[in-house]
Amino acid sequence: MLVFIIKRLLVAIPVLLILVVGTFILMYTAPGSPFATERGIPPAVLANLEAQYGLDQPFVVQIWRYITGIVTEFDFGPSFIYRDQNVNDLIGQGFPVTLTYGFWSFVVAVIIGGALGILAAVKHNTWLDYLAVGISIGAQVLPNFVLAPILVLVFTLWLGWLPGGGWQGGQWQYIILPVIALSTSFMASIARISRASMLEVLTSNFIRTARAKGLPMHRVIFRHALKPALLPVISYLGPAFVGMITGSVVIDIYFSTGGIGQFFVASALNRDYGVMMGITVLLGTLTILFNLLVDILYAWIDPKIRY
Amino acid sequence: MIATKSVADELAAAAPIKGRSLWADARARFFRNKAAVAGLIALVCVMLFALIGPFISPWNNEDIDWNVLGNVAEAGRPSLETGHWFGTDALGRDLFARTVQGTQISLMVGIVGALISVIVGTLYGAVAGYFGGRIDAIMMRTVDVLMSIPYMFVLILLLVVFGRSMLMLFIGIGLVSWLDMARIARGQTLSLRSKEYVEAAIATGVRPFTIILRHIVPNLLGVVIVYATLLVPSMIIYESFISFLGLGVQEPLTSWGALINAGAAEMNKSTLWMLAWPLFFFVITLFGFFFVGDGLRDALDPKDR
Amino acid sequence: MTQFYILTASTVLTMALSTAAWSQETHPVTGDKLAEDQTFSYRLLDQFPSIDPQLVEEVEGGHVSRQLYEGLLTQNADGTLRPGVAEEWSSEDNKTWIFKLRPDAKWSNGDPVTAHDFVFAWRRAADPATASEYAWYVELAKIEKAASVIAGELEPEELGVRAIDDQTLEVTLGQPLPYFPQMTVHYTFMPTHQPTVEAHGANWTNPRNIVSNGAYTLEEMAVNEFFRLKKNPEYWGADDVIITEVTGYVINDVNQALNRFQAGEFDMMDELPAGSYPRLEAEAPDVAHSVPRLCSYYYTVNQSESGHEALKDPRVRTALSYAINRSVITDQVLQAGQAPAYSFTHWATAGFELPDIEYANWSQEERMARAMELMVEAGYGPDNPLELDLIYNTSENHRQIATVISQMWRPLGVTTVLSNYEWQSYLDIRGNQNFDIARSAWCGDYNEASTFLDLLTSNNDNNDGKYNNPEVDRLMEESLTQADPQPTYTQVEKILAEDMAILPIYHYTQNFVLDPSIRNWPMENVENNWYVRDIYRAAAE
Repeated sequence: MLVFIIKRLLVAIPVLLILVVGTFILMYTAPGSPFATERGIPPAVLANLEAQYGLDQPFVVQIWRYITGIVTEFDFGPSFIYRDQNVNDLIGQGFPVTLTYGFWSFVVAVIIGGALGILAAVKHNTWLDYLAVGISIGAQVLPNFVLAPILVLVFTLWLGWLPGGGWQGGQWQYIILPVIALSTSFMASIARISRASMLEVLTSNFIRTARAKGLPMHRVIFRHALKPALLPVISYLGPAFVGMITGSVVIDIYFSTGGIGQFFVASALNRDYGVMMGITVLLGTLTILFNLLVDILYAWIDPKIRY
Repeated sequence: MIATKSVADELAAAAPIKGRSLWADARARFFRNKAAVAGLIALVCVMLFALIGPFISPWNNEDIDWNVLGNVAEAGRPSLETGHWFGTDALGRDLFARTVQGTQISLMVGIVGALISVIVGTLYGAVAGYFGGRIDAIMMRTVDVLMSIPYMFVLILLLVVFGRSMLMLFIGIGLVSWLDMARIARGQTLSLRSKEYVEAAIATGVRPFTIILRHIVPNLLGVVIVYATLLVPSMIIYESFISFLGLGVQEPLTSWGALINAGAAEMNKSTLWMLAWPLFFFVITLFGFFFVGDGLRDALDPKDR
Repeated sequence: MTQFYILTASTVLTMALSTAAWSQETHPVTGDKLAEDQTFSYRLLDQFPSIDPQLVEEVEGGHVSRQLYEGLLTQNADGTLRPGVAEEWSSEDNKTWIFKLRPDAKWSNGDPVTAHDFVFAWRRAADPATASEYAWYVELAKIEKAASVIAGELEPEELGVRAIDDQTLEVTLGQPLPYFPQMTVHYTFMPTHQPTVEAHGANWTNPRNIVSNGAYTLEEMAVNEFFRLKKNPEYWGADDVIITEVTGYVINDVNQALNRFQAGEFDMMDELPAGSYPRLEAEAPDVAHSVPRLCSYYYTVNQSESGHEALKDPRVRTALSYAINRSVITDQVLQAGQAPAYSFTHWATAGFELPDIEYANWSQEERMARAMELMVEAGYGPDNPLELDLIYNTSENHRQIATVISQMWRPLGVTTVLSNYEWQSYLDIRGNQNFDIARSAWCGDYNEASTFLDLLTSNNDNNDGKYNNPEVDRLMEESLTQADPQPTYTQVEKILAEDMAILPIYHYTQNFVLDPSIRNWPMENVENNWYVRDIYRAAAE
């Protein structure tokens, strides 16, 4: 197991390197400059700016500086747009926010989605099942950029119960709407997956045997059926996590939470090379780590798998 | 998003679907599934809407109704008299015509995107599975590596760097989604390889790529179709997300994502039809694909036999 | 009720302490009873990239700078000059300017504000090492040797600005500039505190480090979420400052922002959703406002080699301009009091007199008929269609206007291919003349017609359409030394209209919603400069 983890982590290094170099090349090919403004900048000023950010250096030198900066000092360099801040500050401020509402969304999606799916499977072909299936498909196809404004309209403007955005250090009333908007579609997916796998487990031979022995239903479910039924859910967690990180763009735009999702699009649009690279490295690392974590969890639950 | 890893795992592990006689069987099973049939009917209706719509609409998708412009909330409501059956958008353009046109684009993105990923993924997986050994190890490790790239972010970068075009959208979306397909195809190919007819083909000296195309790929068709039906809706969802970010198709063209996004922006201005119509078509199409996909999987799933 | 959630415990406390003095008092001028709660909050479209006055380069950072720092001069509500740190200013020849600074001006840490602080800041703005995107402003103000300093050919110390003593600042210009005092209002010319900048480097604007000399200091900031300013007790005019706390919320989505405004989460937002103004005004006329703003919206026509051949023909440009039904755009698309534009210079520009532009008085039918004739004369028209690329930067308003105009041009036999680009790509494409027609807008840097007209001189960096008329160049050159340049400006506008150098579309208004309890808002400031130190919150009646 340990060897497996170490091997996977070692593979991650070249992957991240390729990602960094690839993004760097994309950045170079992009038209436009981070310093362009409506009123054209005199060439002398532009030259000053480029010199300050090292853009006048050859490509190889720039990328070498960038990578050594990260490796030796964990310094992701300056932001090209937010000139009073550097990338470490910006991500350091935004990431805890994204992580907080991401974590709660994850918890909500797994618990409610899982429960809904299992309930639907146990009550297979009853109105409860149909209702759960209907809700989950509905929730899955409603884009969160439609859901988010509806939530604000209802809970902020009409009912006045919750603030329509902001974060304020993560007080509970600021977390609720982002979590609902972000978790809904994943909750629905998890419900669908867990329902399908629970149905399959419930018709399998070992469960039939357990039922035949006269074990009560709840015992069968919790003692025997739950674990195997959760396996497909666990393998979905990796993609779900990546999806949530992507979905945080919508959350940050609509709820002004100040998370890093904002930067995914803005850094590319503003040509904020520093932040763009920082986000690439962060997302790449997170995706790799999370997939690894899911694999470990999978192996832990399913004794058949050995690495 | 929808075509998940778990589905992929399941399909990869499933025994290959064989023989022609089973197809008839599967068809019968599919048509017994009410939800799947309803989904299929919905999809056919949406496609007819996209195909016939342009011929019956009194307006086209770019003409502005100057009488409506400036007073959309009143003059632009859905009505039979004005010919704006679905009402107009915020600029007084006919929403029926625009929804028709948006439907065409979104369906095209969904289907072409799924097609790209299916073709690339199937071939890649089949090659890896057929040759096995070192080649397989390298190819599948590459897939694992590619899976750890934050794709949506890369897609955004691509659209920004190379400019926005349909082609870029297809390439971008196709790139994201062939990986799972490759894993499925490989899993299936591994078990097909040991089949007698493949062995026989090898023995008679048929070239490897001919074997892959003639013998392996046709036998992968069942799983591929199931997976593809689940891929189309996720492509459509990707596209709507890209449109939300303002990186979708150019005016005067539109798509469901663009229409829904524009409608959602007007939500508080008592012009709900701008959101309702495109959202309706978007939702029933996704429902349709889900039900058909589930129905196909059940119909083709050998475990149930 | 929703208001409650926004106020954290600490702000409630500071509010209680600092408003005690004002509670139950009345405003010294208007006599309004003042509210207990003297806080002001507003919405920002985007996070400002910087609040270092020499680095600020956009609107949102500019607004914050005006609260945090005070320049030599500031503005009254109507945009006229008002003493800031400088009490008096004078010049014999419009070339050498002397500013006398008030002795009681202080930084927020208690240090006096001296002429040296301005010298430091201005040199810093021009210094290549600062790499300010607004360094060009120093050059625009014609300060002596600015160009060479920016280019790195001379040391920043050579710049034409020096402190005669702590209270006297002398500015030497390279050429006479009668409106130089107006230019000192701008944020680039606000002072910075040298010891703080030197001690903390790029981090000096961090709330922990910042030292400012305006009516407010920076208390707290979370990127892309909000910032909070607190009244600066060291400010020389602090006794007259009523609002104790200013909060800005960053909300990207404009509809979301409006919902939150209507839920009472903040007091002011501008940049309202496209087409929402009439409804807001009808619902609450005391909340929705529309005031002139010194910006012009126009289409740049590429007249350089890379543009479409037809666009070099003034008849084609004129036909395109005639075919634009401007009142449809102002009254039916934007609907917020914008004025149809037939001139480049904004109608509300100080001292500017609109020339008599003939087609402005025609009916749209007449214009259309004439446009058809012109197209045919030029060899185009429905029989020989013209295909043009129209580019705009991604925005709902620009998208709507481009769509509408492309439909208006269709009867002329003009097919328009619309392309929208995000801002940075768009600037690149427009700056390199890779377009036929480009959506553009220009906002005055100061309240005088030359801020617009200079743009269309042949050697201007921002003349993206490469319009070139030696007559215009000559007149603008002459205007610099004229005692009253206004007739010259009018004459230039007349030439621009004859050549149809650009396609003017509309003159901006500033549309915003403001909580009616906030009073003294500067409704007549066409540059959209507002100073929180002048406003107050009236008690509910």
